[in-house]
Formats: sequence, structure tokens, C-alpha cells
Amino acid sequence: MKQYVIIGNGVAAAGCIEGIRSVDPEGGITVISEEKRAVYCRPLISYYLEGKTDLDRIGYRGADFYESMRARVLLGRKAVRIDPDAREIELDDGEKIGYTELCIAAGSSPFVPPFEGLDSVKNKYSFMTLDDALALDRGIGPDSRVLIVGAGLIGLKCAEGLAGRVKSVTVCDLADRVLSSILDTECAAMMQRHLERHGISFFLNDSAARFEENTAYMKSGAAVPFDVLVLAVGVRANTSLFKDMGGEVNRGIIVDERMRTSAQGIYAAGDCAEGTDISIGQKRVLAILPNAYMQGHAAGVNMAGGCEVFDKAIPMNSIGFFGLHAMTAGSYDGELYEEKTENSLKRLFTGDDLLKGFILIGCDERAGIYTSMIREKTPLSSVDFTLLKKAATTAAFSAEERRKKFGGVV
Amino acid sequence: MGVEFIYPEFEVVRNDARCIACRVCERQCSNEVHAFSAERGAMVSDETKCVNCQRCVSLCPTRALKIVKSDCTLRENANWSNQTIREVYKQASSGGVLLSSMGNPKNFPVYWDKILINASQVTNPSIDPLREPMETHVSLGKKPDRISRGADGKIVCELPPQIDLAMPVMFSAMSYGSISYNAHASLARAATELGILYNTGEGGLHEDFYRYGPNTIVQVASGRFGVHEDYLEAGSAIEIKMGQGAKPGIGGHLPGAKIVGDVSRTRMIPEGSDAISPAPHHDIYSIEDLRQLVYSLKEATEYRKPIIVKVAAVHNIAAIASGIARSGADIIAIDGFRGGTGAAPTLIRDNVGIPIELALASVDQRLRDEGIRNNVSLVVGGSIRSAADVIKAVALGADACYIATAALLALGCHLCRTCQTGKCNWGIATQRPDLVKRLNPDVGSERLVNLMTAWRREIMELMGGMGINSIEALRGNRLMLRGVGLNETELRILGVAHAGE
Amino acid sequence: MKRVYVNEAWCLGCHLCEYNCAFANSGLSDMVLALKGKPIYPRIHVEENEQISYAVSCRHCKDPVCVKSCIAGALSKQDGVIRIDKNKCVACYTCVLVCPYGALAPSEAGVMQKCELCLQNACGEPACVKGCPNRAIVYEERGEAE
Repeated sequence: MKQYVIIGNGVAAAGCIEGIRSVDPEGGITVISEEKRAVYCRPLISYYLEGKTDLDRIGYRGADFYESMRARVLLGRKAVRIDPDAREIELDDGEKIGYTELCIAAGSSPFVPPFEGLDSVKNKYSFMTLDDALALDRGIGPDSRVLIVGAGLIGLKCAEGLAGRVKSVTVCDLADRVLSSILDTECAAMMQRHLERHGISFFLNDSAARFEENTAYMKSGAAVPFDVLVLAVGVRANTSLFKDMGGEVNRGIIVDERMRTSAQGIYAAGDCAEGTDISIGQKRVLAILPNAYMQGHAAGVNMAGGCEVFDKAIPMNSIGFFGLHAMTAGSYDGELYEEKTENSLKRLFTGDDLLKGFILIGCDERAGIYTSMIREKTPLSSVDFTLLKKAATTAAFSAEERRKKFGGVV
Repeated sequence: MGVEFIYPEFEVVRNDARCIACRVCERQCSNEVHAFSAERGAMVSDETKCVNCQRCVSLCPTRALKIVKSDCTLRENANWSNQTIREVYKQASSGGVLLSSMGNPKNFPVYWDKILINASQVTNPSIDPLREPMETHVSLGKKPDRISRGADGKIVCELPPQIDLAMPVMFSAMSYGSISYNAHASLARAATELGILYNTGEGGLHEDFYRYGPNTIVQVASGRFGVHEDYLEAGSAIEIKMGQGAKPGIGGHLPGAKIVGDVSRTRMIPEGSDAISPAPHHDIYSIEDLRQLVYSLKEATEYRKPIIVKVAAVHNIAAIASGIARSGADIIAIDGFRGGTGAAPTLIRDNVGIPIELALASVDQRLRDEGIRNNVSLVVGGSIRSAADVIKAVALGADACYIATAALLALGCHLCRTCQTGKCNWGIATQRPDLVKRLNPDVGSERLVNLMTAWRREIMELMGGMGINSIEALRGNRLMLRGVGLNETELRILGVAHAGE
Repeated sequence: MKRVYVNEAWCLGCHLCEYNCAFANSGLSDMVLALKGKPIYPRIHVEENEQISYAVSCRHCKDPVCVKSCIAGALSKQDGVIRIDKNKCVACYTCVLVCPYGALAPSEAGVMQKCELCLQNACGEPACVKGCPNRAIVYEERGEAE
């Protein structure tokens, strides 16, 4: 009987557990979780602040998840060392756990640059875990002026979550635009205007140079007073465990399309892993939830002796602020097709007879049809792209393809 | 407008309290009667375009629609009916021949409805078809007059070629072109399942339907469209169409607009060319000429298939049938003046020909009188509407009936009688792909099978009631019929006694 | 398992399936009351292009990318049927972003909804199938799709 060990207890770990159980109903599964919580939906912590979810609903799976999966979960424990030769993991309390197959799904940690004077700030938070959100929830009041450092996905979701509950929210970022990782300049400007209309203020192309208790001094010289500071500059993959044992690591733990690392019997999945982004054909950490689950699931299946290839990873994000949704996927180079209205923006990027990427803001579109074209590398010459450009519709596919997709009589 | 305006015949009544503006009516109306008015936030209709096909009524999910006859009327006049006056207006406006479809709708006597069927009481037992065997099977073709023995003294069992039918009903000729591919598919599939035959009409046989050959009658008409060796070989019988009940004496005209794609290939004529079937066969001017065609077709198919000659019921039908019975034909099909059509001049449809009941009775009698009844089987059509009509036709002397209008009704036809426009909302009399697809042959064939199965049950019930357990024993058994409200001449021609006699 | 299939060859593009779906999931017994004078939020939609039309609803994929992608754990597969827990959904649209068929869409309340084969409502069988006038939508076993 195999002994599976999973380091981490996020969505990748849940995927891994479900992947293992889809193949092997017998083997023992041990999950090592630093957080003292059952797996929950991390991207929902901003919704928690907003009151759109609560501690019951934020759970990723039902209350009986581990039990039904017959998985042992060690809450509040930390793996400190992996011994690949002995196939053992050492925990923080010295306990050693043997494994037949190991999956590292350790996620990522907030990255905090060495700001001058940061120590003088009392009321500061990161925004990564549910505990962070609970702490922030306790640390704010109706009169709080909140400064968020980082105008990325995390920072802005935090801003949205706080907006209705505090006096003011200001966001600063070194980048010249909001959501710089997923939006181009014009799209970002549109989203920024929308956020500003909902009371969020920005310092872009500028960031905190130093802090003095309740004041941030910007590089531009501006002084921003605040009561609460949220640091959402970025995250770093948690790779040290694997790196320390001599495993191959770049920005994340390098994995192949079956989630195998450089070490025998060790897999990695989720935000700590670096797989191939097929939209650019390069290794890259794609720290998004769907990827985490799918990598975890693939890892689980492969650990249990099955075969699951996950070779469809592309960057894709669906994120909304105050009712305006942005859906993006793929890469943004190639020929541009654009449709614009006052409240919506649609950009499709094509090249090499493929849809490479898209940005849809405020569009009522069935974007998954576009996404699947990127993932499946559907040749544009095989579809009616003139029709597809205007609206995502499967009617643009060939009769043969529609028959395959829908299984009906065409 | 003005002098040319004719108030619409129908009005669209929409119950606004029920209408949910789902626009199904709008999407389904090929005549573009319905539209959604954004300004009014409601559906509106233009009844000038309505043909009362009931498609919208049938599909409206909240039953918010009905079509009613307009009560806008001209001053009442027993001689000049509203219809007559309107037709004069139309012709004064267009200068054209009025066209119509389906069968003669005029108020001529329907003899079927003046004939009643007998039943057994006391002196002869009736038969319960649920408990006892009941034969509805018929075979059509020449029958020997007497038993003959060969040189070895054994009975000669070889019969001329026959058509075998599980019940005395067949689907009569409707061409691919006049009706849609899916209507043909429905008929072919249903005929196969039922063990009866359908008829290609004169449009040829689509390559997809050759597999239904054993249940197919292939037609050879005056235009000879789609006729070739494989076609003749494909069916179980060949029908020479001399005439059609809806338009005796005239030919057919399928406009070039309908000769597209498969229709063109199947008819073997260029796309877009008008398919004109001449009024006569240009090689047939006598029974002797007909005989030549009959035997040409027999030769072509090595005497393996019965030849049907189809004629319209006209005044001297008995003499014509007598000639046909001597021409070598195996089966005579007679089409009464109420028979349907995809398009005919209204005047012809409504004024030419005679009722099938009288034609059948006189033909059957004439062939018996001349001792040639066994030379041919008799098939009659031209508005057979029910199993009762079938029973009455058999008792008057028919071997089997042709039905078409009833079959189309089963397919969804609501008898709006505007087939000639090619915009059939039910996917039957149209070649427009978006309309053709409205008739799913899975549904169509199932409904045809249902209809015929129901009729067959009723035929057995009626036969059982008469104490007859085989349809063969009913044929020509006019004692089973009585007339009501008929005059002496009618009774004499029909060969039935008056009720009470 | 039985799935809803659309035979494109017979789809009329009448959109009745959308209305029957919206009605079946309205919880009301009167279609007029349920649908009159308001936008409808069906879980099936008709795709159209010139001569083509066909209805699309959830394929209940064997390997459902929506379930795998849901950031709220609101989507799950139970006995082969993909279900959505509307109470957990936060309307992030990630499922819309990933479904290759375009089978998920927002409900009137804003959170996502999808075809659950009318197993949860009073219809008892898929309303789109029941109401299709040309048997273009069928509910049958055809083996596993992708």
C-alpha cells in the first residue's frame, strides 16, 4: 500500500487528494498543513471582507472532505526537511513521516520588499491567507484610511473588499497601471477609472519609498497618511524545502507535464510549481487557482500510478471589481482585433493562425469558447473567425467539430 | 391599398395578457406576419400576410394566439359569394390565372358521407378482431380468372407480378420538389415500417431513398423527369401517370426557383430550369400507345414489376378504365376530383373531374360487366379521409386506396392550401432548408405509422362488425353499403340500395 | 449516463427551449406569471449563424474544467451531474472563462447557473427536451463525451 504525503493544504493539495483517490482508493494519504484550517478558497478572502462569503461557505470542500477521502490531515504542522533517499519528511516537531510518493503543494508567500521604516508601522497586514483577512477585518474601522501597496490582483481585490467598510482606500504601485500582469495600458486605464469611480485612489508609477509610523512617503515625494497598511506587492513560490534537498528550482519547482520534479517520487503542484505556459511555450509559475487544482489532480493521478498529463496551462483570469468584470487569457502579442464601447473593451490577439490571447472587460461573452481555442490551439483557418471575433460562439466551428463537441446529429 | 385592397381573410388574435413576447411566432412564420415592436414593447401582426397555417398557434407556449376568419364582409349575396368577388378582384389586379393547392374545397356532395356500412345482428355473427384473426393484407396485380394446370397436372402457381400490402392503403404520388426531402423520408420510412408502399411522384427518386425500394412505387409521368434504368428497377411497381384528380387534362409546372441542388439532380434537369410536365404524354394518343409504354416498361424491368396506370376521374372514366385494363397494365389508379396538388389553377381544381365514389362504382361495374375485372387491380384516391372511407371504397370495388392529404396532415399540414408559395411553415411543401428542417422524419414517420396503425385497427373493427374476417371478402361487396339522401341515379351508379331497403 | 443532446439538423431556432427552461426553473406553475414582461435567464441557449441553429446546455463533461476551476468550490460533480451551489458562488465568472461550450451564465440574482437536467425542479425531466417541437433536443444515453 502506498503512502502519499502532501505538503500544503490548499487547492492544489485538494486536487492531489482527489487525483489520488480517482486511481487508488486504498493508499494512505497524509496532508501537512501549516494553516490550522481545512482547505478553503483563498481567492475568496476579499469576498469575506465584503461580506459575500463567511467562514462556513469559504470552505473549498464539504466538512467531511478529508474523512470521505480517507486522508489524514496534520493541521498547524510544518515540514522542515525532505530526505529523498530515505523518502522521509521531517516536521517542525521532529516527527518523521515516510512517503512512497510526495507532492509539494506548498503554495507561495507574500513578498515584502525592504521598505525603510516599515518596522515603525504598527497596523500592517499582508493579504494572503484567511488569517490575514480575519486580522485585517479586526484591524479596520469605519474611519480607517487604508493604504495598499500593490495594484495587482490581490491588492485590488483587497481594496474592493475594504471599500465599503473604511473611510478611504488608496493604492500605490511601482507599475504604471493597475493589474499590470493581466491588463495592457488601455484596459488598465478603463479598469482604473472604474475603481476610481468607486472611491479608490491611486498612486501609480510611484510607490512608497519609506514609512514613518502612519505616513508613507512616496518616491514622488508625496506624503500619504494612513491608519492601516496592506502589503500586497507580490508573492514568491515556496520552493526552499525542495531547493534545500538539491531539487531543480527556478522561480518555482520545475515540473514536467505529469507534475514530476527532478527528484524521484516527488511531485509539485500549484503556486510553488513552475510548469509550461503553452501560450508562450515557456516554463513559468502560473499562480492561478484553476492551474493549482489541475496540476494537483494530475500529480495525484500520476502519484497513484495512473497517467494524467496536464499540458494545457495558460494564464487566465476572471476578476471583477464593483460589477465590472475583466476576463483575460493567453498572451497579448500578435495582431489585434478590438471592439470598444463606453463601458466595454474587447481585445483579441491572433498570430500563427491561432488565437493567442484576449482581454474582455465588461463584455457579456461566453469567454470559455475563446479560452478553449487558446488551450486547444484551434487553427483559426478551421473556424469562421469573422463570426467569432464579434461574439464567442461555437457556431463558428465546422460541422465536424460541432458534432464532436456536442455529440448530436448535425 | 385603394381599389386593389382586399381585406385579409384571417385575423390574428393575440391575447396580450398571455403573450410573453418570446417571439416564437415571429421566428416560425415564413410569411412574416408577426414582429416584435420595440416601441410598443409588444408583439404586433400583419394579418394581410397570414395564410392560416396555424404554425404560430401550435407553437405558442402560452396559447396566446388564435387565427379567426375575418368578419369584415361584403354585402351578402347568394350568387356572388365573398370568395368569388375577391377572386375577381385578384384577377382584375393581376391578370393571372388563380393558383391553389391541395384538394377541391367546394361544397360538392361527398358521397362517402351519404353511404352507411352494415353490421351483423343475430342471424350472422360479428367477429371480435381482438380475439380472432383478421386479414387486412391485399396483393395488387393481375389475377388469373381460373385455376389452370400444367402438362404434369399440377396447378400453375405463378402469378403475374404483384404488390403486397399489409393493409389496403398506400401513400400516393407526391414528387420530391413539390414536397420536401424530409417529407419524402418520412413517407418512405413509414411505408417500410408499415409494409405498404409510397409513391415517388414524377420528381425522380433521391439517391438516399433507393434503400426503401421494396416499398416504393416509381412514377413515370409526361415530363419523364428522373426516369432511368436504375430508377425503374428501384421500386416494387411502376406507375404511369396519365392524369391527376386535382387537375385533369393539364400538366404540371414546378418553377425553376425550386429546381435547386438535389431536386435538380434527382429530376435530371439543370438547376433553375422550369420543370414542365406536358398535359398529355406526347407519345400517347390512344390505348394502343399506352400499351406500348406499358410494355416498354415491362420489357425494361423484365416483367418483374406490376405497371400501374393512374388517371383522373373524368366523365367517361369507365370506358377509359376498360381500355387501360386491356392495355396490359396490372393496376389502374383512379384519382377523384378532390385529390390534392402542390399547385393547380384554381378553376381547374374546383370545376373539373368527377367524384371518386361514382367513378369507382362505375369502373368496377364496367370491368365486371366486360369480364375483365381480374385483369387489373383498382386503386382509388382523391380524398380518402378515414378508415370508414377505405372500407366504403373497398366495398364499392376498390382493391386499395391511395392517401396523400391525410398523410400530409399527419406530417403537420394544416391545409392552409398555399403550397404553391413554397413557404410551407411545416416543412412539407417547401425546399427552403430552414423550413425543410422543421419536419424531423423521426417524428414524421412515427406519426404516419401511428395514423395507419389506427386506421388498420378501425378497418378490422368495421370488418368484424360486418362478420367479415378478410378484406378480400369485402371487395365489391356492395350489399354491405346503403345510401342515405341519394337519388335514384346516384344509387344506381353506386350500385347500392337506399338505407331501409 | 443520460445527457441532453441537440440534433442540430432538426433545430428550428425557435428558442422555445430557452423559455421552457426559464419557466421550469422559475418555481412557478404559470408560464405567463413566470416570464411575462421580464428578461429570461435560461440555462440553455440557442446558438445561431445563418442556416445553423442549435441549443447548448451543460455537457456534464467527464473531465469538467469548470469544476476544476471554480474558485469558490461551488461547482461539483454528483452522480455524473455537474451541480452548482448558488449559495457558495461569488460570481467571479471563472467558470464562464473556462467552459468551452459557453454553458454557464449568470442568473437573475447575479450568481452563476447552469443546466442541472431539471433534476432539482418540478419538471422531472429536462424541460427543453419535453418542449422541443421537433425532437431536436433529446435526453438519452450516447456513451461518454470528452
